[in-house]
Parts: sequence; C-alpha cells; structure tokens
Amino acid sequence: MTLALFTEQLLNGVQFGVMLFLMAAGLTLVFGVMGLINLAHGSLYMIGAFLCATVAVATGSFWLGLVASLAGAAAAGAVMEIAVIRRLYDRDHLDQVLATFALILIFSEGTRWIFGSFPLYLDIPKALQGAVELPGGAEYPLYRLSIIVVGLLIAFGLYLLISRTRLGMRIRAGESDREMIGALGVDIRTLYTVVFALGAALAGLAGALVGAIQSVQVGMGEPVLILAFVVIVIGGIGSVKGALIGAILVGVVDTMGRILLPQFFALFMETSQATSVGSALASMAIYILMAVILAVKPQGLFAAST
Amino acid sequence: MKRETIINWILALGLLAVPFAALSFDEPFYITLATRVAILALAGVGLNIALGLGGMVSFGHAAFFGIGGYAAGILATHAFNQEPLMTWPLEIAGSNSMLVIWLVAIVMCAIVATVIGMITLRTSGVYFIMITLAFAQMIYYFAISWPSYGGEDGLSIYVRDGFPGLNTLDPMHFFMICYVVLMVCLLFSALLRDSRFGAALQVARQNEVRLASTGIAPFNIRLVAFVISASMTGLAGALFADLNRFVSPSMLSWQVSGEIMIFVILGGVGRLFGPLAGAALFIVMEFYLGGVTEHWQLFLGLILLCVVLFVRGGVVGILAGRQSHG
Amino acid sequence: MADLQTVLELNDLRKTFGALKATDGVSLDVRAGEIHALIGPNGAGKSTLIHQVAGSLAPDAGHVRFLGEEINALTVAQRVRRGLGRTFQVSSIAPEFSALRNVMLSVQSTQGSSFRFFKPVMRDRSLIESAMEKLELVGLAKRADIVAAELSHGERRQLEMAMALALKPKLLLLDEPMAGMGPEGSKRLTGFLDTLRHEVPILLVEHDMEAVFSLADRISVLVYGRVIASGTVSEIRANRDVREAYLGEED
Repeated sequence: MTLALFTEQLLNGVQFGVMLFLMAAGLTLVFGVMGLINLAHGSLYMIGAFLCATVAVATGSFWLGLVASLAGAAAAGAVMEIAVIRRLYDRDHLDQVLATFALILIFSEGTRWIFGSFPLYLDIPKALQGAVELPGGAEYPLYRLSIIVVGLLIAFGLYLLISRTRLGMRIRAGESDREMIGALGVDIRTLYTVVFALGAALAGLAGALVGAIQSVQVGMGEPVLILAFVVIVIGGIGSVKGALIGAILVGVVDTMGRILLPQFFALFMETSQATSVGSALASMAIYILMAVILAVKPQGLFAAST
Repeated sequence: MKRETIINWILALGLLAVPFAALSFDEPFYITLATRVAILALAGVGLNIALGLGGMVSFGHAAFFGIGGYAAGILATHAFNQEPLMTWPLEIAGSNSMLVIWLVAIVMCAIVATVIGMITLRTSGVYFIMITLAFAQMIYYFAISWPSYGGEDGLSIYVRDGFPGLNTLDPMHFFMICYVVLMVCLLFSALLRDSRFGAALQVARQNEVRLASTGIAPFNIRLVAFVISASMTGLAGALFADLNRFVSPSMLSWQVSGEIMIFVILGGVGRLFGPLAGAALFIVMEFYLGGVTEHWQLFLGLILLCVVLFVRGGVVGILAGRQSHG
Repeated sequence: MADLQTVLELNDLRKTFGALKATDGVSLDVRAGEIHALIGPNGAGKSTLIHQVAGSLAPDAGHVRFLGEEINALTVAQRVRRGLGRTFQVSSIAPEFSALRNVMLSVQSTQGSSFRFFKPVMRDRSLIESAMEKLELVGLAKRADIVAAELSHGERRQLEMAMALALKPKLLLLDEPMAGMGPEGSKRLTGFLDTLRHEVPILLVEHDMEAVFSLADRISVLVYGRVIASGTVSEIRANRDVREAYLGEED
C-alpha cells in the first residue's frame, strides 16, 4: 500500500461521505422538524441527476444542468410535499413508509417511461477536468476534489443557516416542540414545505454531482438512500452535525475497507480466497459499524434530546 | 358467522379452486400462478405477525425471504454436486428433501432474526424501520459478493427437491404442498393471535407502557414475535426458490421487502387472510396490468398511495368491516 | 393490630435535569396498612418521583427499597412482578381491547407465563373469571365487553384500578386518581380506597385535598423537589410552612 494509493482512497472515502451527507442532511432535517420518514428521498436524488444530464446535454453546459437540478429537485420536493407528504405528518410511521414507497414506484416507473431503461451520461465539465497532484506523487481528479469542497461548504452553510438565521431558529424550535411553534404563530405549513424543498434540493444536487462520475439511471437513488439511513442511525436522527460525522465515517470506512480488508486477509490466506472473503466482509463493514455504535449508543452518536 | 370468517373461507377455497379449474381447462400456467400467490401470501402472513400483530414495521423481511431461498439453493446444489457443505467441525451434506430444507431455512432465519432483533428492538420505531432495511441490504450485498453461490447471477436448482410420497415436479402436487403449508401457517397465526402471547404482543403494539406496567417485558415478547415472523417468511422463501428452481440476490432486495409489505397492506394489516387477498391482488395486477403496459408498477404505486391515504383496512377491511378484537 | 412493616422506602433520592433539581434528597416510607399521601404544588416534582419509584426514570443518586430489597436496577416490568402496582394520571390502557381483555392481561401476568402460543385466552376460564372478579370489584362488570377506547373517562380510571388490582400488588402507586372526576366519582373512589388500604398499602399522589385529608394516615408535602413536612393529617394542617407553600394554591 503506497502513500499515493492510501491518500487517493482516503479522499475517495471523504468524497463518498460528503455525498452521503447531502442525502442524509435533508432526511434528518425532515425527520427532526416534521417527524416524517421519507423513502422517496432517493427519487429526488434521481430526479436531480436526470435533470442535470438532460439539461446539460441539451444546452451543452454542465452548470446550467446543475442549476436545473437544484431548482427542479426543490420544485419536485415542494410539489411532493404539498400533494402527498403533508397528509402524512399525523400518520404513523407505517403509513409514512408505505406512502413514500408508493412514491418511489411512481417516480421510478414514471422516469423509466419517459427516459427508458438505458442510463444517461453526464460529462464532467471542462473546467473541472484534469487532476491535482497529491502527496506521494499520485494524481487525484479535480472534479472529485471539487465535490468534497462543495460538500463541506454546504455543511458550513447549513450550520450558518440553522444557527444564525430566523429560518434556522424556526427549524430548531420545530425540532424540539412541534406544537409550540404552531401556537407561537409561525406559519407551519410554509416552514415544512421550505424544509422539505431544502432537503430535496440537497438530494438533487448530490445526484447531479455524482451523475458525472457514475451513470444516471432509474433506481440509482435507493441504495444511496439506504446508506443515508445508516448514516442517520449512526449520527443520531435529527442532528445535522451527526449526519456529517456519520457520513464521513461511513464513506471512509466503506472505501478503505474495500481496499484494506482483502489485503489484510491476504496476509494469511491465498490471494483469491482473501479477495472474496475480504470483499464480502467489506460490503458488510459499515453495517457492522452501525451495529457496534448502536450497542453502545442506541440513539446514535449525537442524538437530539427528544 | 362473522363477515370476516366468510371472506376468509372464500379466499381459501378460491385459491384452491383456481388450479383445479386450470387443470380442467388444460391451462397449467395458472396452476403455477396460483402457487406463486400461495407462496407470496405465506411471506406476507409471516410479516403480518411482526407488523400487524406486533406493530413492528420491518422493512427488511426480504432478508429472511432470501435466506430461506438460499438455504434451499445451497443445500440443493451440494446434493446435486455430491459435495458436502463442510467437513469440519461437522460433516454437513447437501439435501434434496424439502422437509430438511424447510427446517434449515427456519433455523437460519431464526438465528439471523435473533441477532438483528437484539440489536434493533432496543431502539425506537423509526430506527427500527431504517435498521431492518439496512441489515437486509447488507445481506443483499453480501450475497452478491460471495462468489461460491453464484454471486449476482444467482444459483440454479437443477433438480426440484423431493417430498415423501409426492411427485414434486407435477405442478398440481407442488401447488398442494404450498397450499397446505400456507393453511397450516394461517392456522398457527390465528392460534398465536388468540393466545396469551398474542394478547401480550398486541398490547405491545397498542400501548407499550401498559404492557410493561402489567409486568410483561415488551422486548422479550417482540423479539420472539420477530423471530417467528422471520422464520415463516423464510419458509416462503425456500418454497419460492423451489418453485422457480432458482435463487438470486434479488430475493434479498429492498424492492422485495416493499412488495411483501404491499401484500400485507393491500389485504389489510393485521387481518388474518389479508396477505392472501393482497398477494392475489398483486399477482393479478402484475399479470393483467403488466400485460397492458410494462410500466404497470406506476399504477401499482398510485393504487398503493390511494389505499394508504384514503382506504384504511385494505381489501379485507373494506369487505369485512371493522375489526373486533374482543 | 396493624403490621408496622415498611413496604416501600425511598432513601435520599436525587434527580437533576440540567439546572433543575427535580428531586432534591427525598426520603419517605410507606408502611403496611396505611395510605401515605404525597401532596405539593404543581411543579413540585411529584411525577418525577413517581417515575423513579415505578422504574421509568433512573435516579441520579439514592435508593428505592421495596419489601426490603433494593430495586434501583430493576425495570418497570420487573418491579411490577415484585408487586409494585401503579395507576397513571392519564389512563394508560390497551384501547383496542375490551375492558375484560385489558384486565385479563394483568391476570395472565400473575398466572404463569405469557409465552403460550396455542390456547386461546377467551377459552381460559380462570383468566376470564379472575378478570371479571376485579371488574365487579371496581363496578365495571356491566361494561366488560366494551372496547376500552369507548369507555368514559371515569370508567377508564375504574379499569386502571381493576388492572392494577388484578396484579395482586403489594403496594399501589396512585397518580392523581381523582383527576377529572366529578364529586360523585370522587366520593365513591374515596370510599373504595378507604377499604383497600387494609389489603394493600397505598402511596397516593393527589391534589384533591378533601380526599387526602379524609383518607391519609400520613401526609408528606413536596415542594421544589424536597419534602418540607411529613406527618399526620392534623400535624400537616397545622404546619406553617405547608400553609405558606399552598398560599394562593387553589384547592
């Protein structure tokens, strides 16, 4: 294991983590403020990717595509909230799970109807092509580095939003006592729509950014959604800080695990066996991590007090 | 007789009638269709114990469906290859006997469910949903990356497993096996619901604080219910693998977890025969709607959404009226 | 002759929430054959104390001793099994079950294991009869088959009492049992509790002063998490600190 490979994989892990953070932040905010579990969050990720790819190909500009995906995902989120989600706030979790699962079916099949089953391709914008030199001599894709930067900037932005703005204050108040802020005259309905749309925009952004390094296809959102759940469980539901730390942890453990575990087993097993055992265990690593954390802290690392 | 009981009889006899009608019209395909309904209904009956009776929203039951399927697939493969599964510390050979496979499927699911349950049942409702989903996904990825049993391509079962005294290759015989297993499990499910354990489980769902204040530990009750629920769905998985003579990681996917939930919801959560009504409805939609458009799942989604938002109680709920628990 | 055995003993219990000392060194005891009332203004920490005795909240310091055994480490369910019964301020029932089935669950808990999967409870004569007996005791026998969610507020209180009694408790924690009851209901309940004390000692948390003064053998007054006075009814009535604490307090 060279330093170059190590740094490269570590950065990949952070990049993966940052992308998971974008997904998890929206999910955890929606649960913290509205008490709602949303399985259709992965669909918003997918919509962001599809919008970016379509607009980027049509106009030739990745940046326009990005704007389209942010605006489109936010809009889709707002529509989703007004049409369906707001009927679910008073329902039990089973109903929320089923209704949002129904939304997954509708969005997935709808997208397949419009775009077909073949993946779309999105190119990395010219400005971000190329690589940056890392300690150790290797080169790291500039685009991936940009994703890390964007993700961390957004994390900082969310921190400012929640701790310094009026909207953030309402969000924090809503998280600790839902009924109270209604009584205080805050317009709950608009607040909820805004929070939901914000989460949707973050998911759509994640989808668009990832779309350039992986393919854009129906069903791309759900595996990421499930990973985001792992992040939230580890980080503590309702906590954006927990989502960031949990996401980076998950991203790094998963990525490094896939490299390190087969090598570890190769120390005392023959290579092909080591690769199979190693990669099989690597695929389970983050879930085992989640189980271990839960055993010690059943509410996650930074659970909100409720 | 209560309305729900009449509906239950109609469902039970209806399912039985389909293959016989198919036989007389010489359309063996419908026998297989009815078998699919029976098996999927069984998966739903299993989930219903945890979900309908116990209020545990397990969105990872595909894990057990798949473990049951792989139990069947792995044992059958080793029987076919005449290679033992392992020689140390014990010699375990493969098997082609359904009874052995069912036992293994049930035991494996019980073990996995105990581990998952011990981790997840200490946490609250929402975490439980997310964690069961996550663990099922973990097992899914594991199955894909474990190369010995087909990985992503899956595992074929070349010879259908045997049942003493029956010709399991005959679709009618195989259907009867699945039907009888379904009916036995429905009976067990009914007895469970009406028993002391069922009473404690239902109170765990209705009011957990009440149960603890009665001196009964909710965690223990829920864990046992979760394990029973998982084992039953695992049994369905073993039958499913045998029906298709194929098992693949897709049996472990989140989509399958969702589908098993759909059977239960469409039919009516907590209703004894709900999963049978739901599975039948789902298969009918898949077959007929699917024949009209390949995007039939969009309409399934719309129907599911409407059922959740507007129609409480599912099919059995609409037909039988309000449930009385006595 | 009344047995002066101590059934429940609280020893210097403490519980803090951030800066708030909800329970600030509370010690009291309940003896066999008595009703020990716990009174205090709103916010005094009565609920917090009940939670610590029942087991739903762990104290930061101090001990709870029940029948001589220290029970700090026991869960709610475990304490109930040892004989610590409780009713809730806001009725906690199984809403989908009938009154009968609600009480049957309590009976089931005292009669063998709940891990029985095959025999239908509705055919278990001993469960049904024991449950009906308790329902008759509280006056709810005619409403046995009514779904609990449809019972009136007062009936739910009766149901709670039946459920608690069916557990064959050795001590009863009653959390504001008179709350929301009209004068008729309060009078009936007072009479009921009066006869009950001989079978099972009671720690009674209440606001209804009339009931407290007519029922209690001893009264402890909780203010800001501390017991400021403890004694007989006449002692407490005469106590100046108590009168001050209740100044402006509506009875």
